[in-house]
Amino acid sequence: MRTFVELYQTVDRTTKTGEKSDALVSYFQQASSSDASWAVFFLTGRKLRRLAPTALLKQLTIELSGLAPWLFQECYDNVGDLAETMALLLPESSAGLDVDLTEFVERYLLVLRNLDDSDTAAHLVETWAKLSLDQKFIFNKLITGGFRVGVSQQMVTKALATVSGIDPNVVAHRMMGNWEPSAQWYEQLIAAETADAMASTPYPFYLAYPIQEEVDSLGDIKDFQIEWKWDGIRAQVIKRDGQVFIWSRGEELISERFPEIMTAASRLPNGTVLDGEILAWSEGDVMPFALLQQRIGRKTVGKKLLSEVPCIFMAYDILETAGQDIRQEPMVARRQKLLSILMPGQCDAAPSCRGTLSEHLRISAELSADSWQALTVLRQDSRKLKVEGIMLKRRDSVYGVGRKRGDWWKWKINPLSMDAVLVYAQRGHGRRASLYSDYTFAVWHDGQLVPVAKAYSGLTDEEMKSVDDYVRKNTLEKFGPVRTVKPGLVFEIAFEGIQKSPRHKSGIAVRFPRIARLRPDKPIEEADTLAQLHEMLEVYGK
Amino acid sequence: MAEDLVRVTEQGLYCQAGDFYIDPWRSVKRALITHGHSDHARSGSASYLSHTDSRGILRLRLGEEAKIETIDYGLPITIKDAIVSFHPAGHILGSSQIRIEHKGQICVVSGDYKTQRDPSCQAIEPVRCHTFITESTFGLPIYRFPSPEIIAAEVNQWWQANANEGKVSILYAYSLGKAQRLLMSVDPSIGPIYTHGAVEALNAVYRGCGVKLPATTYVGDVKKEDIGRNALVVAPPNAQDSLWARKFGKSSDAFASGWMRVRGARRRRSLDRGFVMSDHADWQGLTETIAATGAERVLVTHGYTPPLVRYLTDLGLDAHALETAFTGEEGSDKLDADKETTTENEAGTLQ
Repeated sequence: MRTFVELYQTVDRTTKTGEKSDALVSYFQQASSSDASWAVFFLTGRKLRRLAPTALLKQLTIELSGLAPWLFQECYDNVGDLAETMALLLPESSAGLDVDLTEFVERYLLVLRNLDDSDTAAHLVETWAKLSLDQKFIFNKLITGGFRVGVSQQMVTKALATVSGIDPNVVAHRMMGNWEPSAQWYEQLIAAETADAMASTPYPFYLAYPIQEEVDSLGDIKDFQIEWKWDGIRAQVIKRDGQVFIWSRGEELISERFPEIMTAASRLPNGTVLDGEILAWSEGDVMPFALLQQRIGRKTVGKKLLSEVPCIFMAYDILETAGQDIRQEPMVARRQKLLSILMPGQCDAAPSCRGTLSEHLRISAELSADSWQALTVLRQDSRKLKVEGIMLKRRDSVYGVGRKRGDWWKWKINPLSMDAVLVYAQRGHGRRASLYSDYTFAVWHDGQLVPVAKAYSGLTDEEMKSVDDYVRKNTLEKFGPVRTVKPGLVFEIAFEGIQKSPRHKSGIAVRFPRIARLRPDKPIEEADTLAQLHEMLEVYGK
Repeated sequence: MAEDLVRVTEQGLYCQAGDFYIDPWRSVKRALITHGHSDHARSGSASYLSHTDSRGILRLRLGEEAKIETIDYGLPITIKDAIVSFHPAGHILGSSQIRIEHKGQICVVSGDYKTQRDPSCQAIEPVRCHTFITESTFGLPIYRFPSPEIIAAEVNQWWQANANEGKVSILYAYSLGKAQRLLMSVDPSIGPIYTHGAVEALNAVYRGCGVKLPATTYVGDVKKEDIGRNALVVAPPNAQDSLWARKFGKSSDAFASGWMRVRGARRRRSLDRGFVMSDHADWQGLTETIAATGAERVLVTHGYTPPLVRYLTDLGLDAHALETAFTGEEGSDKLDADKETTTENEAGTLQ
């Protein structure tokens, strides 16, 4: 329990990922298997069902602290967190309980499941009396189901991989689904690799290089397979041993978030690995990325969301068929195999991008253009089709590893841009921790500046220092780490897309905004207006 | 009920019987000063009266020209129709509660105070009175401060751990009072101690009054390369925002304040550590001190005024809020912008 509390505190205190990872690794190195299983359970956001009614917790705290209910409420309003308010108000106690995490969970938490209200009250009073302030806080968080730690599932996965020497992908796979913490479960989690784990392992992704020169410098257009560059989540779909796995490019196992693709992919033959893009797709058309984001954000997807934002897998490539790694075969051969898998019995030379296996498995269509000039014209439709531009892949290229210059190119359309005014600044992280490097930008609306975008990249160190200096000298107000800045600096902000957003005051959200350049030449009065952005929305946002 | 001995005017807290002000926020003829913090001791008045140990601090803050008279604790003097005496408040060096007696009525203006032990100043002595004017900076029961020994041990552990990892320890604490109190509670055998200019100036004043601070070096007097990785640097909180803190390289930073009792306040500061230590009384300190005065009438100033007033009213006391210009402990979310600018300029002149 002590080491778990220390782990929580270390992670809670720091904003540095490195320190959090170190703390996780050293925790798992010393924890017993059983303790570690509970730690994984809590750290990955899993919860015990609510163990005590909130009203009872409040009532007990009021009684034990001897405070009037209004004064308790006043404290709660100030702290803003029930578990913490209770911990701060309950009588001080001893140095704390010295039991391991498993015993703590079993004896003090799980036991609550079987108690009625009056026994629950007695148990809580007794337990609180034994706990230190920090222990009380965590205990209260666990019984109210509000325990959150600033670590991602991926950080936990990586720490476990470091401790066990197992491939992080294998750890991630074994951590999926529903499980009960136990020593046995943890030992399986970090057991040496076995076939079960191999089945899920994805291939490293091969990435395209951006074209910087003129496109005709690439040579003969006939040497290239041409596709649209879709804007979704790059992913691999794996079907092996009767099981389906979906991995994102961030090497996160995301199968459970896309049940419709899981079902579709279960029809693939065993020993198949596809590379492609997950897209929100409705009536033959891609939906805005913001909608897809709603799907990414949920671990479990409800029926409503599933019908409102249906998703498909747009296949680009095939990396394994009949259990054979075919990444060294040329693109053109792999394309044939992809078609024969997704459209069995239809060896069509110019296929539509609809697969016949399932409506949720589509094939990225091949575009035809006789010349670079014709392709340049075609590319102009990108924005209208809601794609990011063009992909060019050499027909004789193998499926490589990482980002390499030469065979695969992405030819993106130029970003949209706006001129906006700096209104808020916040200190950055890491190397930029002492600089005001994270900015919020606004455009004009009815004589007022309305925030429309946040951006924290695109400036040189030199420029960032000068903006930092401006922020310090022109602060109007401070709120926590954020400063309101006197409007005075105009920036050109580039972004990839624009969407309607009822959540934002401006009514719009821009995708991937970043600073294109400082515009010292522009007075703030000449920055863009919200009306101009709404015009952009009309043209590109539908 | 007769009129209060002390009331709020545009200039500040005014005692008509003695025709003087206590900690006035505008220029007045005669100012009695509870202690040297800038929201209590402001320049511009014709004459000042404070405790003997406040002289050096006031000189530093009010300038060479200011007319400063001093008095020891517990010595009654007569000012016009009032009998006045100063009594220890335990807040910082020289901090006083001011007792005023007129026609059998006794009123005590406590300024800022704390009940915790503090080796850098004299401990508070509650004074019996009819009317007690109290602060309420930490006037909520969530503010319950651990003993100074526990906090000192935490600070030392943090410093030692940083030293082991080759990180300089930067400890932010208010330059007057808190800094010196911390200096007296840390273990100087861990490493050398450096100070920000604002802190070092006050260290000199404290030493002048016989307070035994450990050896400290003004950061501006040494080269950056010469600062050992096991060093502790004590600086005012506003230096956190400045270019100043960048010169130490790999470091861990911490803030010592009563506000650090609450997790949200710790996290908003985005520092590595928060130590719960204040020169103000916590909830228990406030309520116990108020009880010890035996006062029937309590006037509550700066802080969580409404809850404390309501709590005292529930106890049957005649409690009311008093609007003043005092600000309490720095480091809450309502930071004083002026103070920050001054320190940043000060910081900017360092190499």
